[in-house]
Amino acid sequence: MSPRRPARRVPAALLLLVAGCGGGTTGEGSSTLTVLAASSLSETFGALEDIYEEERTAVDVRISYDSSATLAGQAVEGAPADVLATADEVTMRTATDGGVTATEPEPFATNTLVLVVPAGNPAGIETFADLENDDISYVTCAESAPCGVLAKTLLDANQIEAAPKSFEVDVKAVLTKVELDEADAGLVYETDAVASGERSETIEIPKAAEGITSYLIVTLKQSEDPSLAQEWVDLVLSEKGQRILGEAGFGSPP
Amino acid sequence: MRASTGRRTSPHQATADSAAGPAVGRAPLRLLLPALLGLGLLAFPLLSLLARTPWTTMPARLVEPKVLDALWLSLLTSTIAMGLCLVLGLPLAWVLARLSFPGRSFLRGLVTVPLVLPPVVAGVALLTAFGRNGVLGGPLREVGISIPFTTTAVVIAHTFVALPFFVISVEGALRATNQDYDVVAATLGADRWTIFRRVTLPLAFPGIVAGMVLGWARSLGEFGATITFAGNFPGTTQTMPLYVYEALQSDPDAALVLSVILLLVSILVLALLRERWLYSAVR
Repeated sequence: MSPRRPARRVPAALLLLVAGCGGGTTGEGSSTLTVLAASSLSETFGALEDIYEEERTAVDVRISYDSSATLAGQAVEGAPADVLATADEVTMRTATDGGVTATEPEPFATNTLVLVVPAGNPAGIETFADLENDDISYVTCAESAPCGVLAKTLLDANQIEAAPKSFEVDVKAVLTKVELDEADAGLVYETDAVASGERSETIEIPKAAEGITSYLIVTLKQSEDPSLAQEWVDLVLSEKGQRILGEAGFGSPP
Repeated sequence: MRASTGRRTSPHQATADSAAGPAVGRAPLRLLLPALLGLGLLAFPLLSLLARTPWTTMPARLVEPKVLDALWLSLLTSTIAMGLCLVLGLPLAWVLARLSFPGRSFLRGLVTVPLVLPPVVAGVALLTAFGRNGVLGGPLREVGISIPFTTTAVVIAHTFVALPFFVISVEGALRATNQDYDVVAATLGADRWTIFRRVTLPLAFPGIVAGMVLGWARSLGEFGATITFAGNFPGTTQTMPLYVYEALQSDPDAALVLSVILLLVSILVLALLRERWLYSAVR
């Protein structure tokens, strides 16, 4: 008889597992604010998270950083989140077209691309035009990401025809390849170059003004507490928020 | 295993017998129910994928150069990786299954580590080894060889993730084949190389083919290690999974169609292999 007992426990364990998968999203007592943010915002939103949680101790802010396109797609698919911040208008349109935005998207920062090279500039790159050199390997974002669209615009504007070695899925991946010196150069946001500090060196891109991207932020319909979500948006747009963004290298919204 | 069945049957026949025999009674519900749930968990997402795929656009996608490039590259790199698995993995599996030496279980553990490693971490590990500043990649760079961002890097990444699958399944197959035959062959004067070729290999052949199929499939679906180590460029390093991921960011419908194409091609190849190799091997 005894060998039968473990068998009976299996379905019970299964049920527990299923129940465990279902719950978890609802908080008990304290509430959670979930922000979906473009990966280029990781440093600034990290700082804003500390400020927000200081003011609202009962709220736990969780930020998911990814490429804007991925996040907008997740929001449309119903990801349990309160706020979406994208690095351009095109990806934000995915969310507005998908009908998941609760308010009108607001611009809160601008960004532009620079060329970064590994610390010490081992390949000896001096100008943006050096990318045309066959010995130089550089990487950019894929065109599915906002930074890839900008990179294409600026490469075209400067008549660079040499192709990159790789189209990375987001801007942090581009920066990593450069910091590790796997690529001689990469096109990243000015803010990423600032955050990278001494691990890389920056070279200005001519006609950079032709490739400026506007960051947009919006509250989502699936938010369980729209007032908390709005508070986050207000913090980003506030003087304090704007100062933090400015220090990180972002431009002011138009 | 031999003791319990009392006969020299292959594992395949043994399971077939017990499933068919009415003597052991009806299949218990507590086994059938979880089995059905498990099947559902596997089949449901795939069926949903098929249901949401815009099939009408498939012919047009199939002739897009970017899709053909990615598909060709995927098939090419996976097949080369499978070849490398065979050349490197079969001897490794044999060493683990047939030789006894101190540290063997440690070695076996080492082989399985990549199985539990997140593929992105595998990519980072490969960068630290073969990257331009890597332990081996650094000296290679001195002589003008750079591995990252090349098709070679894709093959290395694929082999790295597929090899453990191959070795584990082939080692299992080698262990399951009766070592008595090896001994008999040795008493008849065959040396170890001859035994390996003429006795061990033929007996373990179905397991080796299964290992190759498993490794090939794992390599075909490889994403994380490839994108981290080899980058993403159409024609040289952009395999189908990478292209699907990129498409997902801009055009989810395209990503669905591409996924289904990859799915159909892999099913087709596996079915052909099964027809040509597996059946004849088992017989």
